[in-house]
Amino acid sequence: MSYIRYLSKVLYIDLTRKTFWVESREDLFSEWLGGIGVATQLYKEEIPSKADPLGPENAIIFAVGPFTMAYPLGSKTVAVFKSPLNGYFAESHAGGRSAAAIRLAGYGAIVIKGASERPLYLVIDGNKVLFRDAGTLWGMRSTETVGRVLRDATSGAGVRTIMRIGKAGERLVRYATVITETYRHFGRLGLGAVFGSKKLKALVIIGKGGFKVPNPKEYREVFKEIYETATKSPVMRKYHDLGTAANVIPLSKIGALPTRNFSSGNFEHAEEISGEKLAEHVLARRVACSGCPIACIHVAALREPYGDEPYFYKTTFISYDYELLYSLGSNLGISSREGLLKLIYAVEEEGLDAISTGVILAWITEAFKKGLISEKEVLAKPDWGKYEEYIKIVHNIIKQPNEFYKVAALGVHELGKKYGGEEFAIEFNKVEPAGYHTGPLFIASLIIGARHSHLDSGAYSMDQKLLKAGKPVPGVKEGFKMIYEEESWRQVLNSLVICLFARGLYKPEVVLKALRGLGYRFRSVDELKELGKRIYLKKHLIKLSEGYDPLKVKVPKRLLEVKTALGPVNGEYVRGIVKEYVTTVREESKKELL
Amino acid sequence: MLVLSSGEGLRPRRLVIKDVNRCVGCQLCMLACSRRFAEVGFAKSAIHVRSAGGVERGFVVVVCRACKDPPCLRACPVGAITQRKGGAGVVVNYSKCIGCGFCREACVIGAVMWDDLSNKPIICTHCGFCIDFCPHGVLGLEEVC
Repeated sequence: MSYIRYLSKVLYIDLTRKTFWVESREDLFSEWLGGIGVATQLYKEEIPSKADPLGPENAIIFAVGPFTMAYPLGSKTVAVFKSPLNGYFAESHAGGRSAAAIRLAGYGAIVIKGASERPLYLVIDGNKVLFRDAGTLWGMRSTETVGRVLRDATSGAGVRTIMRIGKAGERLVRYATVITETYRHFGRLGLGAVFGSKKLKALVIIGKGGFKVPNPKEYREVFKEIYETATKSPVMRKYHDLGTAANVIPLSKIGALPTRNFSSGNFEHAEEISGEKLAEHVLARRVACSGCPIACIHVAALREPYGDEPYFYKTTFISYDYELLYSLGSNLGISSREGLLKLIYAVEEEGLDAISTGVILAWITEAFKKGLISEKEVLAKPDWGKYEEYIKIVHNIIKQPNEFYKVAALGVHELGKKYGGEEFAIEFNKVEPAGYHTGPLFIASLIIGARHSHLDSGAYSMDQKLLKAGKPVPGVKEGFKMIYEEESWRQVLNSLVICLFARGLYKPEVVLKALRGLGYRFRSVDELKELGKRIYLKKHLIKLSEGYDPLKVKVPKRLLEVKTALGPVNGEYVRGIVKEYVTTVREESKKELL
Repeated sequence: MLVLSSGEGLRPRRLVIKDVNRCVGCQLCMLACSRRFAEVGFAKSAIHVRSAGGVERGFVVVVCRACKDPPCLRACPVGAITQRKGGAGVVVNYSKCIGCGFCREACVIGAVMWDDLSNKPIICTHCGFCIDFCPHGVLGLEEVC
């Protein structure tokens, strides 16, 4: 079987009829590589533009690509679905063992559609799909326990992924996540709520297969070359040592670490929650996704005494990353490491997206302090740094005991709309952003990026490079071009699929060579880049058909008032980039139709 | 680098787990083992990594430990398994092997893996190919004594 043909098997599962079938989609995998390229096409086929994100007509699509398990850091799975948070095409990535399991179960993509009338979990074991009752798992307090139960209830230790939702997903909190292997997440845009709406509690995939490569000798050489760069190169060092948490201090120093609901870019206690201090005091273990030598997952051990009995302790293991340290740390004024870890644990137990939750908690605090909402609504007394209050609020977002919490479960945009304070409700097209108050390119990228994520184009890094080089902000056209080119190229990386932490490793020439090692016949880097642009465009066109208008996305007033690392941001400049984007997309789509 | 365990002038060596606590669970050793057979994946791997009951508890690395008196050899009803020269593990004669699976059952640490396609066992040959792809120094070769 040829390499592409092996990758081209798509598993379709219908939760309504409890059936499944496999189709060979060589048509898609030969044109669009895999990953996001193929997932975008499957989305177009499966999800009508007017679909209710929480209705059975929405679908969950997972895809891997030609590099999955074939090369180092080919460790990620792409998920696409219609987002219940903002109602548009959405994309979220996760690692763990998910990509290995899908690929080695023999699939390039999995499409889950319909909805079950009662809670169930799925077990995909090679060519079998089992529909199993999840009545006992539904409503279980912690996502960790769900994982533990499923570890015992299924086979395939070491070669399986256990994706599950928490109560947040069951209760349709629009920013609920899907957790895999305890510490990795399809975090953003509410995939957990889509699982919940389909009564799908968990998805276990067992994959222990393998497949031949066409040019073994060449393949082994390329593998070794990439592996050596990955393990020896300084590009990967920061993920390796302190992990993404290494960003806390440098970002605070340049005034780009969102603090107390983005009211400042400097957190005076940054050091307390820095990667350095966490490593020194609580780091217990480092873990890797399948196929990745880096092991960026940093797991902390939190040892706590029980108050009621002497010498009686519990130890919990909690993973941390930069985004959590910003959203649940600096952005809430939390300087206690222990408090921060406890808050992260509560968020993980319930299965919420940490970024969205942190931004919402920050808005609640500010609105509370300004008197827009009171204890009657919040049922707690939120204040910067008061993690115990935040933990109460987190659990209430799930319980939804009153009208206020029903709105809180919809996201910060809805809170601002209903209770006022929209100027400090930090969101872009209803998506709470990642933690980089770096400058205008980052802000513009959150509007034109296909998933309004910092990972769309990594523009936070462009801002920082300008600062470092002492260069002025580029003109609108140049600024747009930088973001557009990078986001387009990332479509290629996300189709292959590699972890974006390895983007410095997988330079265009390396990608070309690695593809050849697998028998792909790409002639040039330009051909790949062209493909990336087309994928980006396809995603945009889907969003347009769903009613999306980038010119209508507002930048929260707060972000234009508080100076970034590159100084105050000019709203007109940002708008200029968005207009440039709209024009480019219009021209490109004419070409695509020809 | 391929190190032959029965190479001339070399004392026979076996693959050892130097320190399992250094394992981060990346499974690159498993991928490396399959790559020897021009395959991507886990199907041909003679080494297996799984969590010790949740990744927060660390990992378990399972591979043949080259027993002095191998139970797998004794369990084989057709004499397909013989001991390598110098005691560095065993060799499976796949022409003799009937795929009964007794060897798998005999191995208390579960180091006899199974190739579902050929329905035959996979046992580590102690070649050391995986060592070069272990980024955290978990694996090594040691002289058989």
